[in-house]
Amino acid sequence: MTTATPGASPEHGAPVRRPRPGLSRPGLSRAVLLVPAGLGVALVVLPLVGLLLRTDWPRILENLSAPLVWPAIRLSLLTTLATVAVCCVLGTPLAWLLARADGRAASWLRAVLTVPVVLPPVVGGVALLMAYGRRGVVGAPVLELLGLRLPFTPTAVVLAQVFVSLPFFVLAVEGAMRGVDARYDAVAATLGASPLRVFTRVALPLAGPGIASGAALAWARALGEFGATITFAGNFEGRTQTAPLAVYVALQNDPQAAIALSIAMLAVSLLVLGLLRGRWLR
Amino acid sequence: MSLDALVRVRRGVMTVEVPLAVDDGRVVAVLGPNGAGKTTALHALAGLVPLDGGHVRVDGATWAGDGVHRAPEDRAVGLLAADHLLFPHLGALANVAFGPRSRGVDRRSAERRAREELDALGVGDLAGRRPSALSHGQAQRVALARALATDPRLLLLDEPLSALDPATRPHVRAGLAARLRAYAGMTVVVTHDPLDALTLADHLVFVEDGRVVQEGSPAEVVQRPRDPYVAQVVGLNLLAGVGSGTGAGDAVTTALGPVVTRDGGADRDAWVAFAPSAVALYDERPHGSTRNVWSATVGSVELVGQSARVRLLVGAAQTPLVAEVTAGSVAGLRLQAGTRLWAGVKASEVTSYPR
Repeated sequence: MTTATPGASPEHGAPVRRPRPGLSRPGLSRAVLLVPAGLGVALVVLPLVGLLLRTDWPRILENLSAPLVWPAIRLSLLTTLATVAVCCVLGTPLAWLLARADGRAASWLRAVLTVPVVLPPVVGGVALLMAYGRRGVVGAPVLELLGLRLPFTPTAVVLAQVFVSLPFFVLAVEGAMRGVDARYDAVAATLGASPLRVFTRVALPLAGPGIASGAALAWARALGEFGATITFAGNFEGRTQTAPLAVYVALQNDPQAAIALSIAMLAVSLLVLGLLRGRWLR
Repeated sequence: MSLDALVRVRRGVMTVEVPLAVDDGRVVAVLGPNGAGKTTALHALAGLVPLDGGHVRVDGATWAGDGVHRAPEDRAVGLLAADHLLFPHLGALANVAFGPRSRGVDRRSAERRAREELDALGVGDLAGRRPSALSHGQAQRVALARALATDPRLLLLDEPLSALDPATRPHVRAGLAARLRAYAGMTVVVTHDPLDALTLADHLVFVEDGRVVQEGSPAEVVQRPRDPYVAQVVGLNLLAGVGSGTGAGDAVTTALGPVVTRDGGADRDAWVAFAPSAVALYDERPHGSTRNVWSATVGSVELVGQSARVRLLVGAAQTPLVAEVTAGSVAGLRLQAGTRLWAGVKASEVTSYPR
């Protein structure tokens, strides 16, 4: 088969399909890929463009000073920082133990921790109510013994945010810690380091970047939390009305305040993304 | 004061069972092919792998066995692996000080000790460098300093030189040998490089498939291998044979047929050994003083400088032998895989000893 007649296959005698005039076949197949890809980009970018175009830029500061804006931002900042702190303190050791565990129990635990990632947040809110509510499994004894009522307080906001963001944090950090060569643990142990010292002096520094990005991820997730918060903590201005809730409320009676608050949150999100990517802005 | 260990660890279908005894200031080398269980045995001594039987006793104290398992951090061990495994986020000094700090020494004393160890290995000027800024050889010395900075009773070296390039290996080996001479504790070095073993160790233990196949002093092992793997490591041709048992001068019957040896066939079960350089190659059957002559086929030829290692398949059983001939002979006999020729060994070059 060193010589082949153009337009005919020597084996089957059937004519080879000629390239169609006009659109070449590689060009067509590329278009088949480009069109859906472009539509996908448009679906993401258009809403952001819409938000930017409809913003009343000259009066944005004035709109940001609407009465419900500042308390919401302050509450969001305080609660999300508390959430990230809880994630770091509780989630990092958990991630380390999971990263070094290999057994059925660890697999199950990992699966359970993934549930909030896929669970609709509203369902999470209902679950939180069943646990910490006035008649909840934990809430009832806490109310009886300590006189503490958890739902509809800023603490509830934090609990709701932790519920949805801790899994993100643990999964991200566990991944980073799995990347720490286990032979470092072994060497550190032979040098006399206790398991706690291995964690603080070897695992933490080596997984540092992973922990930072896990924290950023958890923070972003907490900042956007809506469903679980409104279900479990309610929507009380200054107490449990976080920025996303305030945007939703403002949209009904003061759309420009809602837009201004949205722009503020968008800016903050971009900032976090930039910190995450490191060189994102370059 | 010494190490007395019987390491028994199940690993898949294989059971590693290695007895080890080391006295203060002595170096024992464990040799074996890949997968023989050497590293497993070492990790069991360090406490990184639990024993399935046997014991590890150091200075009379039980580290493992009899229901005891001390964690690695509660054993006075130092471990050095092929990869230096220096903590990448710490400088050389902080890496070496890590051990003393972990064992409760205050920062200043730990750093002083670290500096001494680095100086002793000639890398004191690198104290401030991160591992990524060190060459392999430098990093390996820093890692050795780190392993020694805790004053371990038992120093465990796992292929300490195998990851180094051939140019730096001799220097690091010399530094390691010098440092080990000054080290008062016991050392177990795992290696598959006979040169490491011969230059560093006082006693060699050969392990194959988890079992000890031969042990002894380097001189003894080099002269009288008792296992095909050991013979290959020390570079001798080794044949198992049966002697007449009646007197010297008789041939020993081996897979190659009767072999006439220097020492004769006095022993019933005997090993027959000769050096590759004792094997001469001929294109025609030689007539003369050579008493042992076999027809052979060349398996492969490997040129090293002016000499060549020729792998032969000899006799009806295709027994593998190695011959070492000059590069001139390779050209003269046109040696290549498949060449058929004659191999001869003088009786005076062949030793035999009891099996």
